[in-house]
Amino acid sequence: MYKGLAIIFGFLFLGEIVVRGLNLPIPGNVVGMVLLTLALIFNVVKIEDVEKEAELFVKNMSIMFIPPGVGIVLYWGLIKSQAISIFVALVVSFLATITLTAKFVEILRRGEK
Amino acid sequence: MTSFGIFLTFFLFYIFSKLYQKKRAFYLNPVLLSILSIAVILKAFNIQYQTYMESARILSFLLGPAVVSLAIPLYKQRDIIKSYAREIGVGIVFGGTLAILSAFYVAKILGAEEVILLSIAPKSITTAIAIGVSEKIGGIPALTAVLVILTGIMGNAVGVEVLNLIRVRDRVARGLAMGISSHGLGTARIILDDELAGAVSGLAMALNGVFTSLILPYLINVLK
Repeated sequence: MYKGLAIIFGFLFLGEIVVRGLNLPIPGNVVGMVLLTLALIFNVVKIEDVEKEAELFVKNMSIMFIPPGVGIVLYWGLIKSQAISIFVALVVSFLATITLTAKFVEILRRGEK
Repeated sequence: MTSFGIFLTFFLFYIFSKLYQKKRAFYLNPVLLSILSIAVILKAFNIQYQTYMESARILSFLLGPAVVSLAIPLYKQRDIIKSYAREIGVGIVFGGTLAILSAFYVAKILGAEEVILLSIAPKSITTAIAIGVSEKIGGIPALTAVLVILTGIMGNAVGVEVLNLIRVRDRVARGLAMGISSHGLGTARIILDDELAGAVSGLAMALNGVFTSLILPYLINVLK
């Protein structure tokens, strides 16, 4: 349990150090995730040592979105005044992304065969 | 009274999760319902966001280790990545960029302010990563969180129907399109129909999160 947590928080800390050190505009946790993936691939970290703890975090991730999301109360006025443009952009972008990506990959794979 | 925020969050999420398990309707997304109800409660009782966050903050802090933990599903599915490396790679660069540009420009044409454009740009990636990206590029993380969830709800509700309508039958193409356009909520839907498409979708979601967080800060400088 504590070994797994130490590894996960260790890679989070490492990611934060890398981001700070190289002055990258990327979240430290993303760098930590990439580094942990590489460490697993190159056998620096054993999957059994982090598996259970990591799955606990991943499975319970959705409740963690609530507190940051509630922050919309601070921007109520701004969001309300632009709600229509936001909504239209979301729908158009979703439809464009799902249809064009699906067609693009399908054609890509057809050419391969 | 510091525990008010965390109690409210666990309590409402529990109630709405139960409701969702019972009805299985896409519009009953427990995260979105919890966010909206807490927002309404704070407004109604004139409670400051800071007061709520005093204890609820601990939950958002856990997003850090949660994102790092995404390395585990990624590592476990490495065989699928190897089998479809070209499709996944090219698909993410194409779809991930398209998702950013289409949202950014449609909102811009409709006259949205810059801070809104920055908040909407990362809306197709998984919420945990999107919040961090939004913060880095100067968007409003809270707005991004809500927009990401709304995007996921669309994918969950009609994604499979859209793919059927345009007659894409290729399982890898379907999975990639779903994971890139509507992250975890889209993945949760397509995995019910097709395990391979679901696995590809989950991978596409994680990798698109990495891709978007790498390119968006630079892309935004060009777009602005």
